[in-house]
Amino acid sequence: MSSQDIPEENLPAEQDHAHGAVGIADEENPFSDPGLPPHEHRIQDIDERAARRSERMVALLFTVSMLATVAFIVAYLVIPNDKSIFVFPIGHLSAMNFTLGLTLGVALFCIGAGAVHWARTLMSDAEVADERHAIEAPADVRAKVHADFRLGAKESALGRRKLIRNTMFGALALVPLSGVMLLGGLGPAPGTKLRHTMWAKGKRLVNMNTNQPLRPEDVAVGSLTFAKPDGLEETDEEFQTEIAKAALMIVRLQPDNIKDKRELDWSHEGIVAFSKICTHVGCPISLYEQQTHHVLCPCHQSTFDLSDGARVIFGPAGHALPQLHIGVDSEGYLQALGDFEEPVGPAFWERG
Amino acid sequence: MSTAENESSRSRGKAPAGERIADWADGRLGIYSLAKANMRKIFPDHWSFMLGEVCMYSFIIIILTGVYLTLFFHPSMNEVQYHGSYVPLQGQLMSEAFNSTLHISFDVRGGLLMRQIHHWAALIFLAGMFVHMMRVFFTGAFRKPREVNWLFGFLLFVLGMFTGFTGYSLPDDLLSGTGVRFMEGAILSVPIVGTYLSFFLFGGEFPGHDFVARFYSIHILLLPGIMLGLMVGHLILVFYHKHTQFAGPGKTEKNVVGMPLLPVYMAKAGGFFFLVFGVIAAIAAVAQINPIWAMGPYRPDQVSTGAQPDWYMGFSEGLIRFMPGWEINLWGHTLVLGVFIPLVIFPLVLVAIAVYPFIESWVTGDKSEHHILDRPRNAPTRTGLGVAWMTLYLTLLVGGGNDLWATHFHLSINAVTWFVRIFFFVGPVIAFIVTKRICLGLQRRDRDKVLHGRETGIIKRLPHGEFVEVHESLSQEQLHTLTAHHQYEPAEIGATVDENGVERKVPASEKLRSKLSSAYYGEDNQIPKPTVEEYKEIASGHGHH
Repeated sequence: MSSQDIPEENLPAEQDHAHGAVGIADEENPFSDPGLPPHEHRIQDIDERAARRSERMVALLFTVSMLATVAFIVAYLVIPNDKSIFVFPIGHLSAMNFTLGLTLGVALFCIGAGAVHWARTLMSDAEVADERHAIEAPADVRAKVHADFRLGAKESALGRRKLIRNTMFGALALVPLSGVMLLGGLGPAPGTKLRHTMWAKGKRLVNMNTNQPLRPEDVAVGSLTFAKPDGLEETDEEFQTEIAKAALMIVRLQPDNIKDKRELDWSHEGIVAFSKICTHVGCPISLYEQQTHHVLCPCHQSTFDLSDGARVIFGPAGHALPQLHIGVDSEGYLQALGDFEEPVGPAFWERG
Repeated sequence: MSTAENESSRSRGKAPAGERIADWADGRLGIYSLAKANMRKIFPDHWSFMLGEVCMYSFIIIILTGVYLTLFFHPSMNEVQYHGSYVPLQGQLMSEAFNSTLHISFDVRGGLLMRQIHHWAALIFLAGMFVHMMRVFFTGAFRKPREVNWLFGFLLFVLGMFTGFTGYSLPDDLLSGTGVRFMEGAILSVPIVGTYLSFFLFGGEFPGHDFVARFYSIHILLLPGIMLGLMVGHLILVFYHKHTQFAGPGKTEKNVVGMPLLPVYMAKAGGFFFLVFGVIAAIAAVAQINPIWAMGPYRPDQVSTGAQPDWYMGFSEGLIRFMPGWEINLWGHTLVLGVFIPLVIFPLVLVAIAVYPFIESWVTGDKSEHHILDRPRNAPTRTGLGVAWMTLYLTLLVGGGNDLWATHFHLSINAVTWFVRIFFFVGPVIAFIVTKRICLGLQRRDRDKVLHGRETGIIKRLPHGEFVEVHESLSQEQLHTLTAHHQYEPAEIGATVDENGVERKVPASEKLRSKLSSAYYGEDNQIPKPTVEEYKEIASGHGHH
């Protein structure tokens, strides 16, 4: 609609002048504050038909919101929980989640859009200036508070009766210790728990996937096998805590590829067993590059060379992966010949 | 009872019901005095002022959906076998926490939606706080009298990070469990007490049976309780200080120009809550977040590749990833510098930005109140430092996702890591210098604009054949806006030798302050704004451009 259509009687005689704090235009200082600019009328302020259009728009938005809420209720009652739908271009979605989320979103959004449209088009948009007041108290208030405080402090005699003051501070300083003591119940002392795992002399290496004890011939060259100690079952009460230390990674290398002498001594026919728990912050290592014999921790990319005592060749880990000394028992199964000689997993103060 | 009182209560009896209820409440709560100061309170308008609102509203959304989730979630690590409706996990052993999260996702109607709104709102809450904090930083809104409120906001951001972390760790899924393990490894690195801290947090060895229950009470009670208090305090101070505003005609340090709370901001800000909630609900409808069923229950010996924390924890992940693995073994003890140094830098990165207002106010020595916001260009050193800090933060975010950068952009993981190691130190310096240059350039442009007017793009040919571009002088409104900012003088140490030739001792702190002050406000570190004399001189000889 063009401005010609606006009935004459709706037009204001002239635009409002500046309001609020009006600065005086300063001939001397062209940079001085000219004061608030004059208020400019919106189309809704001068044309009642435009205002009614805005009103209808706001009402429409609120109505759409109501309809969306009704749709939400229907969807909640009707759509089966396990139904999935295809929505282009996102793909397959839970029908329930999609419908509930969208109807709820529309219901809420339209209330917001309606309110904001109402505020922007129909409520007054005249800018108003409000005075600020200093945050600081005036000098007399300040003096009064200081005097009051001094009076109160004097009446308490806290400064004069030092015995009371000192014993009170002593009592208040000590009493939180009870709370600190109560925190003692949060956990047992570490003791040497982090130094030991379930591995011991004679414990067979059990394949993590098949739950069968491993024979040397089960471990092919180039493969990566995960193992746990014999007797540790998933249903055990302490399975998670035990496997967090005992998880083992087994690979078979060509014995002449093994560069580290101790590693060779602790291997069996080129089969070496290392802790699976990264010595950085304890992620399980799971990426094996069989050509280079490197393993990589997927969490922080520490890289270890399994053919050279699992020493760190890249990344943030601080020391090599602990190796488990293995051999074969009388029935031909792989077995541990003792626990890890050093703590597995992340380093700690008492590790040494 | 006197007749006068009788009369007044009788006339009140005819008042509308709403007014009578308000009268009743006023007699008991004093609401009229409160409303007198606040009902028509003026709020200035600028798009960047809504960032804080996004945070407040998403916090409310998080509380609403969070309460709903607690009705179904079981914070227990007891092992159970899954028998719910998600077929691929049938028969698996998992903790009750994971089991109940699956139940919420698949068997509670609308449960998945509530979970997704909760998680999306948390991400938006943290992102909102980050951007809001940057807005406050770059416009200098943290200056007196608002330093305490800056700290409240900062604490909300830090506590929000830990509330988020404890929250996404609750389902006890493979991804979040890996994050918890990372945290445990970091705690173990603390010298002397690390092992004890870890055992006391987890109730023994990792993972144990306690951490979900403990994180739960921290996540739903301790941290949000503190945050709610801080947020109320933050809002009270915003009301008390009155909002800041940008310079402009009619806007001074002594007033606040805008529109009243009732009705305009009641409708705009109230409506904005629904807009934020509506958008988050729509996001939760179409964008899947944290599909724990795809990751499976936590097992300390299993992991997936590409493990990433939620974005706000990413910078700590970067610190831990790029740090070389230094370890010192002495006298039977291990100092795990490779993990402990990142653990120390982690809070320092945050504290660096938190203490900035106090450093700046010490350098300027300015004790006056500031309600007019700075344009970032007019505080080049501050803006440079802010961008340097953001560069550091973003570099760490890149470092936290070094594996994803490597796989998505076909780069070597080693190269990405080395880049982060170097850029951690070099990046902020470059960013500082470049930003400061840009700010000074923009200041020069403003100066030119004030003195020579706006370039109109109209080319005029003069009688003797010369071509000139016509400049249009600015209106007084524009001139005022561009010259309203205050420019500090660098602080001088003053004479070190008095009139008797006795040397005065200058404290080291004063020397430092003077150095910093000239780095902030010295020659070449800010462009002097045009003076009235300069303007008049050029205006009188009009026609020369």
